Amino acid sequence: MSNSKKMINFMGVRKVLGVMSICLVIASIILLATRGLNLGLDFTGGTNVVVESPADIDIAGARDTLEQAGFEDAVVQQYGSSRDLSIRVPPQDGIEADQVGQRVFQSLAGSIDGLQLKQVEFVGPQVGDELRDQSGLALLMALGLMLVYVWFRFTNKFGIATVAALLHDVIIVLGLFSLLRWPFDLTVLAAVLALIGYSLNDSIVVADRIRENFRNTRETDPHVIVNGAINETLTRTINTSFTTMLVLIALFFFGGEVMRAFSEALLVGIFVGTYSSIYVVANLLFTLGVSKEDFLIPEKEEIDEMP
Amino acid sequence: MTRYPRWKFFLLLAVLLGCGLYALPNIFPDVPAVQISANAAGEEVPASVRRQVAEALDQAGVEHGPGEAVNTSWLVRLDSTNDQLRARQLLSDRLGDDYVVALNLAPTTPQWLRAVGASPMNLGLDLRGGVHFLLQVDMETVIRQRMEAWSGQAKMALRDEGIRYRDVAIDGQKLVATFDDQVAADAARAPLRTALPEFTLNQAEESPRLTLTLNASTLEELQDYAVEQNRTALNNRVNELGVAEAVVQRQGADRIVVQLPGVQDAAQARRILGRTATLEFRLVADQYSAQRAATGIAPPGTEIFPFRDQNNRPVILEKSKIATGDQVTNAQMGFDQQSGSPQVNVELDSTGARSMQRVTSKNVGNPMAVLFIETKTEMKTVEGENGERRQVPESTTDRYVINVATIQDTLGSRFRITGLDSPAEASELALLLRAGSLAAPVTIVEERTIGPSLGRENIEAGLKSMVLGMALVLVFMLVWYKVFGIFANIALLGNLVIIVGVMSLIPGATLTLPGIAGIVLTVGMAVDANVLIYERIREELRNGRRPREAIDEGYNRAFTTILDANITTMIVAVILFSAGTGSVQGFAVTLFIGILSSMFTAIIGTRAMVEMTYGRGARAPSKLSI
Repeated sequence: MSNSKKMINFMGVRKVLGVMSICLVIASIILLATRGLNLGLDFTGGTNVVVESPADIDIAGARDTLEQAGFEDAVVQQYGSSRDLSIRVPPQDGIEADQVGQRVFQSLAGSIDGLQLKQVEFVGPQVGDELRDQSGLALLMALGLMLVYVWFRFTNKFGIATVAALLHDVIIVLGLFSLLRWPFDLTVLAAVLALIGYSLNDSIVVADRIRENFRNTRETDPHVIVNGAINETLTRTINTSFTTMLVLIALFFFGGEVMRAFSEALLVGIFVGTYSSIYVVANLLFTLGVSKEDFLIPEKEEIDEMP
Repeated sequence: MTRYPRWKFFLLLAVLLGCGLYALPNIFPDVPAVQISANAAGEEVPASVRRQVAEALDQAGVEHGPGEAVNTSWLVRLDSTNDQLRARQLLSDRLGDDYVVALNLAPTTPQWLRAVGASPMNLGLDLRGGVHFLLQVDMETVIRQRMEAWSGQAKMALRDEGIRYRDVAIDGQKLVATFDDQVAADAARAPLRTALPEFTLNQAEESPRLTLTLNASTLEELQDYAVEQNRTALNNRVNELGVAEAVVQRQGADRIVVQLPGVQDAAQARRILGRTATLEFRLVADQYSAQRAATGIAPPGTEIFPFRDQNNRPVILEKSKIATGDQVTNAQMGFDQQSGSPQVNVELDSTGARSMQRVTSKNVGNPMAVLFIETKTEMKTVEGENGERRQVPESTTDRYVINVATIQDTLGSRFRITGLDSPAEASELALLLRAGSLAAPVTIVEERTIGPSLGRENIEAGLKSMVLGMALVLVFMLVWYKVFGIFANIALLGNLVIIVGVMSLIPGATLTLPGIAGIVLTVGMAVDANVLIYERIREELRNGRRPREAIDEGYNRAFTTILDANITTMIVAVILFSAGTGSVQGFAVTLFIGILSSMFTAIIGTRAMVEMTYGRGARAPSKLSI
């Protein structure tokens, strides 16, 4: 590394971080397998009611009222402020499942003055199941199509590395959602899908540069080439992640309750994605034994064979 | 030195101006309004009624605009939501049953903009408030009912041919006809084949039995028809509710989406949508005594029903119907002139009227009953074969007599139904009769109600995060890339104009809260293209290239990477659109449009600005502010 200006030696700590990444992914998979995701209303079915009162609402009192009304399994939570309450009731057996929301509101309105109904969401169990299947399918489809795209776009080793980085990001984000019991609903799914696009985008930019440098330099040590490529794209990687995070932070603080989980998923995802496009891709390239030969352009071989 | 092609400037200018023009209507805020439409579909609101509206509002001292015709309805703009509520009450009292008065928002788009077809974006229910229902049509009931009719047809065909049969039973989508002997079974083949072309007759079996299987195409047609008829009936009911800009659409094979913007009383909407109520007019079999009725065993050719107003006293009715609810062409709530009790004035179509006339002319002095049939569908939990619990819709039908009256005279196409509890019940019955009955019971499988205050909060939250996020990005780009940052920022603003313009141009596109998030996200990601280009230019400058070359290199070499990177997000947006529902689709739409427009503005837009600043003049720039 004689000619470097102020190169950061990213690859120096690659083994430590590689182990960390593997641990995080395995931990996430275990979490997802054992604890699962805290699925939102869209996927479980049931009823969610949001009410607003002119004064602070006593949550314990509201719980008691609901218990007396026969909603023992209702989950009562503050919703954004102490004057807003969200009540989630699992799918009810028997009569008038779609009218649970109204009944919940009426029983609460009896004990709290000036209570207003802000939102009722009822999702039938059948629809919930369908949405869950559909969403799982969408997630797999997105990953599958990305795989196809990358396969067309890169050689095997690069393809494997970028897709692994993608899986790494998605699994860790889902794992965090599982660990912290953050609600996972359709909007979060949208965020995860957007993350798939973003994460691959990030990795592609780095991978593109690595490839370019392999082809255009006389340097033979892959470590030096990869490190150089990462350093060259570093400002871009960080700047793009930074601007995206800026808008996500704005969404997180001002987007209201609906957008909170969405921005959480993307904030975490982009953080992990930025890291993975620097480390996971390059790390795997070394593990797979990338060398200059992988980038020789085919025409050259033909010329070599000429007499 | 390559000169930047001139057509790109023009393209840029044209796109920006075009989108800007179509984005413009979104700046003008909507004002509250009431929308008056005639009850009979397709009829215009006459000038006399329009005058009446203005007079009524003037008298009550409600400030109002001059009013304008929108399609067939009449829209009157008002100053505030308070005035709006007052005006609706006032006008619906004044105009009565013939007109529907609905709350609406009127766009204030100036005439010259409307002339070019520009209108504001559609806002999703999560931004404007309202109710969203997903209704499932109960296909099993549809098929069962139709199978019963077909089984009747089969029996009739056999009777007509004088073929003795034991039974024609229904087995799912099959009819099984059993006979005493093989001879009868063989003889039945031909008449059954002609009577029921919708079925496939199965080959001979050992026992004297014939199996008819419903054709797949007929089944499909039947389901299609049932959903379509339900959609029409629901559409009529929604119109009756007087909701402006309501949506009633089929979704998938057996579902219907109903969206009612601005509706706050979800309970009422649900009651009207989910109910299947119809009427039957039948003769009372009064040759039988009350004791006979009390036994609960109906004499042949009759049926026993409870009489609701008389402690559910059993009444014996003839099985044959004189007329049914689907023959009703019009029904209006009214009041009896003597007693003042509520009634429904009914008009029948020609078939119904003929039948009514024929039967009543022969039965003057005999009693006739009005049978009310209401189907409710509820979710019941059942235990599956493997012990798993699942919920299935189960329909229950209530049939009761609401009115028994002596036929005074031959009835024709117009008559009235009395014996109703309250004016509310009368008007609801009139509504259900008018709007037509549903072909099949429906269950609400999804409901989302968003209160108007939440809608407003969501808009505010969306706008606030967009403005703030954008401001942060603008500041960052300016500080980091200086003059080139200004180019990127102008491109970003142009990008926003294009997104809003395109969203307003596409008639089906709807802006939802996740949709706003999509725009915010593209704002963050849009600068990526510029970051890529600028970093490349800086690098080329560091490598000792001259500014002109560095610019060319930067744009050229970053292009493939930008394209590459954005394609992945576009693929994701397409998947999201196809897999998601409502609000998530809104996210997919803005994301897709945003990425396309950001590539356009970030590559062509900033390049044009760079060329204008550094490309003009004879001398190449010696230094770039980047």
